[in-house]
Amino acid sequence: MADMQTLEVRDLDIGVGPHSVVDGVDFSIGRGEIVALVGESGSGKSLTALAIMGLLSGSVRQTGGTATLDGDLLDLGNDAAMQKLRGTSLSMIFQEPVASLNPLLSVGAQVAESLIVHGRATRRDAWTRAVEMLRDVGIPAPEQRARQLPSELSGGMCQRVMIASALIAKPRLLIADEPTTALDVTIQAQILELMRRLRDETETSVLIITHDMGVVASIADRVCVMYGGGIVEQAEVHDLFAAPRHPYTKLLLATIPRMDGPRKTELFSISGTVPDLSAWPEGCRFRTRCPLASDQCTTRPPLEPVAGGDAHASACWHSDKVEHLA
Amino acid sequence: MNEPLLSVKGLKVHFPVATGTLFGERPVVRAVDGVDFTLNAGETLGIVGESGCGKSTTGNAILGLAPVTEGEILFDGRNVAAMTGRERQALWRDLQVVFQDPVSALNPKLTIGQSIAEPLAIHGVGNRADRRKRVDELMALVGLQTGQHDRYPNELSGGQRQRVVIARALALEPRVVICDEAVSALDVSIQSQVLNLLLRLQRDLGLSYLFISHDLSVIRHIADRIAVLYLGTVVEEAPTDTLFAHRLHPYTEALLSAVPIPDPLAERNKTSRPLQGDVPNPMDMPKGCPFVTRCPLRQVGCETIRPIAVEVSPGHRLACHVREREITGTSALDTAR
Repeated sequence: MADMQTLEVRDLDIGVGPHSVVDGVDFSIGRGEIVALVGESGSGKSLTALAIMGLLSGSVRQTGGTATLDGDLLDLGNDAAMQKLRGTSLSMIFQEPVASLNPLLSVGAQVAESLIVHGRATRRDAWTRAVEMLRDVGIPAPEQRARQLPSELSGGMCQRVMIASALIAKPRLLIADEPTTALDVTIQAQILELMRRLRDETETSVLIITHDMGVVASIADRVCVMYGGGIVEQAEVHDLFAAPRHPYTKLLLATIPRMDGPRKTELFSISGTVPDLSAWPEGCRFRTRCPLASDQCTTRPPLEPVAGGDAHASACWHSDKVEHLA
Repeated sequence: MNEPLLSVKGLKVHFPVATGTLFGERPVVRAVDGVDFTLNAGETLGIVGESGCGKSTTGNAILGLAPVTEGEILFDGRNVAAMTGRERQALWRDLQVVFQDPVSALNPKLTIGQSIAEPLAIHGVGNRADRRKRVDELMALVGLQTGQHDRYPNELSGGQRQRVVIARALALEPRVVICDEAVSALDVSIQSQVLNLLLRLQRDLGLSYLFISHDLSVIRHIADRIAVLYLGTVVEEAPTDTLFAHRLHPYTEALLSAVPIPDPLAERNKTSRPLQGDVPNPMDMPKGCPFVTRCPLRQVGCETIRPIAVEVSPGHRLACHVREREITGTSALDTAR
C-alpha cells in the first residue's frame, strides 16, 4: 500500500450550462510533491483547480467526481465547509498578485488575516508571525514593509506577499494558478526558487497550473497534461520531456522555439485550433488535429499506463507510435 | 555601405509626473533615456527587456505615438520627430505596427474584410473593386480563407485575429513592421503558426521587423540582431548568435539564465543564482549605470559614472565599465580616479 496521498481527485466532471468542460479528471499529489497541470487556454486546468478549492460559481458547476485531502472527503459543493478549509488546509495563489490583494489593507494585515479569521492566533501574535512569514519569503525589512499597502510594493513583492499569506497557516496543499505568468523572467526565477525552498522546508504539497513548459521543467516533480477538459498524459517530469507518449504532448513540445535549436527555420505547428467547447468531437477530443488519428479514435481512449513505465499514463490508442511523430 | 532604413540616435522619452512640489523641479519618468540602434532593409532587430525597460515606448516614439524629448529617429534619412501631420501620414505607408492584443486592435463592428481594407481606403488606394481584390490577396497571403471576408472578429480565434491584424498592417506594402509583443498573447501551438507566417512574409516581401518582446526564446528564433534594454538604455547589442554564445553584460547574463528551459535536466543542473532585488523606481534612477543596484560585478564608480556603449567586436556593443576594462584593459572607472 502506497503512502496516503495529500490530494486525490477522482473522476471530476465540471459543466457550464449544458456543456461538459472538464470530463473525468483523475490525479493525485503526494506529500511534499509538486505536480504541474499544464495545457493551453480552454483546456480546463484552472476550472479543475477552482473546483478543488470549492470556488466554482454561477453557471459553472461540478457535475460529478470526488476529491479527498489526506483521505478525508472534501464537500466541494458546501461553501461553509470549504470556507473552513480555505486558508488553513488549502490555499491558493493567483496570476495577478496586485489584483488579488486588498488595496486598502496593509500587506502585514493581509498575511495575518487567515490566522485571525480562523481563530488560530490573537491579533498581536498573528502580526508577529506575519512579519516572520514575510521575512521567510524574502521580503527585506519586513517590519516596515508589513505596514505598507500593496500599491507601495512591486509586482514581484506582491506575489511574495500572496505566497506568505497562503503559507502562514501551513496548508497541506497549495494551489498556484499561473503564479509567475504576470512577472518578469528575473522575478519569475526568484519566485520559482522560493516555491522550491518552501516545499523543501515545509513539505507542503503543491499543484501548479501553467501553460509554460519551461516553468514545468524547472519546478514540477510530476506533470498532468490537459487537453479538451481531460488529462491526456501523466508522467514523472523527466519521462514526460524525454519520451512523451501522447501526440498532443509530443507536438506541443515540438512547437516551442528552443534556446538551443536552429534559428529562423520553420517551427513545427499543430494544425487547426482548439475547438469551441460546444463542438468537441466524439471520442478522443484531439483527433481532429492529430496526425495519428484513425477510426478507432471515435471511441474515447482511457488514460492507461503505457508499456514500460508504471507512473506514466497516456490516453491514446496509438501511444506506441508517438515517438516517431514530429 | 548602405544607409540603414531606420536609425535611432540618442532617443529620450521623458514623461512628466503629475505629483510634484509646487516650486521644486518637476519629477519625470525617464522611460527611454538615450537609446541608439539601426535597422537595415530585410533585417529583424529584436528588442528585449523586462517591463518598464522602455521597449514599447521606443516603438511608440518611432510611430509618433510617444513624444520625443531628445534625439533623432531617421526613417530613410528623414527625421520622423520633425514631421508634419501630412508627412507622417505618408510615412505610415512605409511603417506599420502589430500590437499584442488582436482583440482590442480590431474594430468589433467591422467585418474582417472591412478592417483590412480600411488603410487602403484612408490612403485612397484604388477603387472599391480594386480594394476588394487586394483584400482577397492579403487574406490569402496570411493564410485566411476568402470565405471569412464577411465575418466579425468575435467569430474568429485569437490566432486568426492576429492574422487579420497582420494582413491589415501589410495592406499598404510597408517596408518596416514594428511587432510589439505580437505573439505574446497567443497559445504556444498558435504562436508557432504566427512566427512561421512572419518569417515567410519577411522572405517573400523583404520586410524589416523591429521585434519587441520579453520572450527570449521567441526573439532568439526570429531576430538577426538583438538589443537588450534595461531602464531605458541599451546595455548590450549583438548579432543573435554572438549574444547567446558570448554575452558580456551582467544583466544579459542574468536575463538569459533566468529563462526556464523546457528541459528538466538542464533546469535542475542550473548553477547560477537568480538575480536579486527589483528594478529601481524610474523616477529615482541611479546616476551612473542603471543596473548598479542589482549588479553582481559592481565596483566603485559604477554608481556615479554612466557607462557609454563601446563596440567590443564587430556589431557587438556593450555598456559596462567592468566588462569593458576586462576586454580593453581600461574604462571610464580608471580615468575618473
